[in-house]
Amino acid sequence: MSTDARLDTSKVARTNGSTPATASKPNRAGSLANWADERLGLGTAMKKNLRKVFPDHWSFMLGEIALWSFVVLLLTGVFLTLWYNPSMGHITYEGSYDQLRGVGMSEAMASTLHLSFDVRGGLLMRQMHHWAAMIFIASMLVHLLRVYFTGAHRKPRELNWVIGCLLLLLGTLEGFTGYSLPDDLLSGTGIRAADGFLKATPVAGSYMSFFLFGGEFPGESVIPRLYIVHVLLIPGLLLGLIAAHMMLLVYHKHTQWPGPGRTEQNVVGFPMLPVYAAKAGGFFFIVFGVVAIMGGLLTINPVWKFGPYDPTKVTAGSQPDWYMGWPDGLLRIMPGWESVIFGYTISWNVMVPILIVPPLMLVILMLLPFIEGWITGDKREHHLLQRPRNAPTRTAVMVALMTFYGLAWAAGGNDIIAIKLESDINNITYFMRVAIFLGPLLAFWITRRWCISLQRHDNETLLHGYETGIIMRDPQGGYSERHAPIDGRRAYTLTARDRDHVLTAGEDTDEAGVAKPNSRTERVRAKLSAWAFGHNVQKPTAAELEAAHHHESHEAELQSGLDHPAEGRAMDDHQLRTVDEAPLRER
Amino acid sequence: MSDEHMSPHDPDAPESTPSAGALVARDGGHAAAHHADPIADPGLGEHTWRPTDVDPKAEKRAERQVAAMFALSMVCVLLFLVAYFTLDVGDDWTTFAGLGASTLALGVTLGMALLLIGLGIIHWARKLMADVEMTEMRHPAASPEEDRAGTIAALNAGLDESGIGRRPLVRNTLLGSVAFLGLPAVVLLRDLGPLPGDKLAHTIWEKGMRVVRDVVGTPIKVTDMEIGDLVNAAPEAMFPSEENGYPELHGAEEQAEKAKGAVIVVRMEPENIIPVEGREDWSIDGIICYSKICTHVGCPISLYERTTHHVLCPCHQSTFDLADGAKVVFGPAARPLPQLPLSVDDEGYLVAQDDFYEPIGASYWEREKESRQP
Repeated sequence: MSTDARLDTSKVARTNGSTPATASKPNRAGSLANWADERLGLGTAMKKNLRKVFPDHWSFMLGEIALWSFVVLLLTGVFLTLWYNPSMGHITYEGSYDQLRGVGMSEAMASTLHLSFDVRGGLLMRQMHHWAAMIFIASMLVHLLRVYFTGAHRKPRELNWVIGCLLLLLGTLEGFTGYSLPDDLLSGTGIRAADGFLKATPVAGSYMSFFLFGGEFPGESVIPRLYIVHVLLIPGLLLGLIAAHMMLLVYHKHTQWPGPGRTEQNVVGFPMLPVYAAKAGGFFFIVFGVVAIMGGLLTINPVWKFGPYDPTKVTAGSQPDWYMGWPDGLLRIMPGWESVIFGYTISWNVMVPILIVPPLMLVILMLLPFIEGWITGDKREHHLLQRPRNAPTRTAVMVALMTFYGLAWAAGGNDIIAIKLESDINNITYFMRVAIFLGPLLAFWITRRWCISLQRHDNETLLHGYETGIIMRDPQGGYSERHAPIDGRRAYTLTARDRDHVLTAGEDTDEAGVAKPNSRTERVRAKLSAWAFGHNVQKPTAAELEAAHHHESHEAELQSGLDHPAEGRAMDDHQLRTVDEAPLRER
Repeated sequence: MSDEHMSPHDPDAPESTPSAGALVARDGGHAAAHHADPIADPGLGEHTWRPTDVDPKAEKRAERQVAAMFALSMVCVLLFLVAYFTLDVGDDWTTFAGLGASTLALGVTLGMALLLIGLGIIHWARKLMADVEMTEMRHPAASPEEDRAGTIAALNAGLDESGIGRRPLVRNTLLGSVAFLGLPAVVLLRDLGPLPGDKLAHTIWEKGMRVVRDVVGTPIKVTDMEIGDLVNAAPEAMFPSEENGYPELHGAEEQAEKAKGAVIVVRMEPENIIPVEGREDWSIDGIICYSKICTHVGCPISLYERTTHHVLCPCHQSTFDLADGAKVVFGPAARPLPQLPLSVDDEGYLVAQDDFYEPIGASYWEREKESRQP
């Protein structure tokens, strides 16, 4: 090792070695461990997992935000249940919030006000719970994007992807049931819209509505029912699925970015104990702390300003929480189509944006890894992540989906946009009706071309080096910028990716002239493969690199008047720096 | 310093050898592709030491920093307790800059207490814990072939001994009986609510019921309304009294009737009203009454523009032209707002001629069947 000789590192732990220190004599902790192991046999499992290696990258933290905000939700949620009363019984509010004293409301609303104004820390916990819910769903979404953009959904992790999609669905439903519980004017409006959605269901719509509400809307049953769904049913499912998500993560081992020494066969990083446990455990406190500060500083869902639910009232600017915004946007831009067939009403204006498109989008999302796996025909396991640019079609597909989501979401605020931009709500809506189709296509095309350009740029850098910023003047007076070869480790990292394999369809008939069973499917697959991967730029071959480098160093030699080929960073200022300035740690 | 210190990367490390062999054996194709890489893997770089590894001063400093964060966290908890016991809650929530003093102080102190623990632990991990990267070999997700074979053998043996394959009668009746258990599970949910019947088709409105203001319950005289007025109104039965003789409504029933009975009454120039066939006598001197419940998904509509006679639903922006039979002029709603036929009683107050002729609010499957002809 060539570490600077002046540094005395002899007393420092040089290893995260795999041999634990053995206690010289039995101590109290040892005997406790012995007691537990003789009953639980945890020793074997812990032996493997205590020093399990986790690779390090900031983007691997996004899922952790989701996990820890869920824990915050459980803790703050338990606190809220101690005061919240899920009852629609009608009472007159007599608490300490002056403006609503003497107003009739449900016990759910009154207990929410009591929690907010008469319980110390109650409003803090309510606001922390609501903020944590937003962070939970937002971080799941961003985590999903990270996983997909880097190809972490590929074999063997497809099922964990599906579980993740289910978690997103359940988290959204949990959010909806949660913000409905205070029974304020805004949430009641949301429940009434949900009643409209149920009624739009063909054949059974009015029955579903009567069964959910225990009779006609609004009834006195829906809040208690949503409550038990919110505090028991969905959290139970979430807990189970999160456990499965984590167990699969541990079993598959985390993906890692490619780089020197990081291959498909290994995982390089820090051991669970102590580094990863400390970082992840410490991060729990950070998420918790940030949520607490947000809960203390940022008002959210001020139900006392909305007032109690009254089925004859509504406020302008009524909107669901942001994660329900995109179906609401689709609902707003859908034309008012309704058919009456044999005397029965089919409400396309509600069914399409609420009952058809959102479930369809979820199914598409869950199928993405399987569709990709089928097109590539790739049966290998993938543990090295891909940069988004190196999967241009995949990246473009997700950006198209994001564009669809974003436009639908923006359409959910068309009234707010109209007010803020002082523009016409009708025009915004007409624009959205077109943009929702064209926007994703445009986004797909731009993203794919952009990725391919970035791939070309990577190849340029590999073949001709990076731009040094040094301008050379040749004897004829022409100017050119000197390029210098990049660092060998970085060059390796840039090339550490698979070449795309475009499938070609085989012969339609076998030797005996009989049509092969799958030939049509194979042709479709070959077409899709060419469409998805045919445009991609592949990394240079060893021969191309060799030729380019030979050429480059020859040029450098000529230009600098050296009598030997210029190497590496010879032409930038790195060699001019003193040793003292050199950082201890690169990167 | 020599390479022997890098024992985590030692190929003889106990966990690495067998798994590496297994993976290569299963994935020969990939290993072959690996060799075609244009640049050979230079392998993990050498470890670089942190200042805290080599400088005892830096190490001590980091230690003090971590401990200081933990200590400050304790201070924050004490401040939290002080805030809890000294600051009032209640409706005096604008103490500091429009923020609740109690909520603000509790949130910030609790948040800082938690945050400082988290930052301290992570600082500890980054500065003081060993930061040598380890390498662990991966295993294929699939079970080894011999395990699979063993599992299949065990499964077959078990199934064989059960005789489930040889006794289709037992198997099929078992499947049938378990499937039948779905019926109680479904039937038990039957009492979640009553059947809709024709409840959605009717409201509390009836012939001769007065149209009253929705907050105070006072009846509306024709002469009270100016051109351009809009009144949010309710059926008089929602305000029962000894005088009007309507029965008291309670709980769910009251809420349901309130949700269905809400109407808006507007007065416009009679010549502006485009008459709808069969409804010529449903308005009184330009006073016209529609259901307040949007035909899209059932929000109460509320935004009236008197110059255009348009009313807009704030939920999804369906817009209805009240001068033209409340037909949809914009937005996702498909049907006009149902109109309540109006008349005047002998005291000059607005009354309903009848209930609505069609179900109010959101569409549903059997809606058309439940509409009446005037």
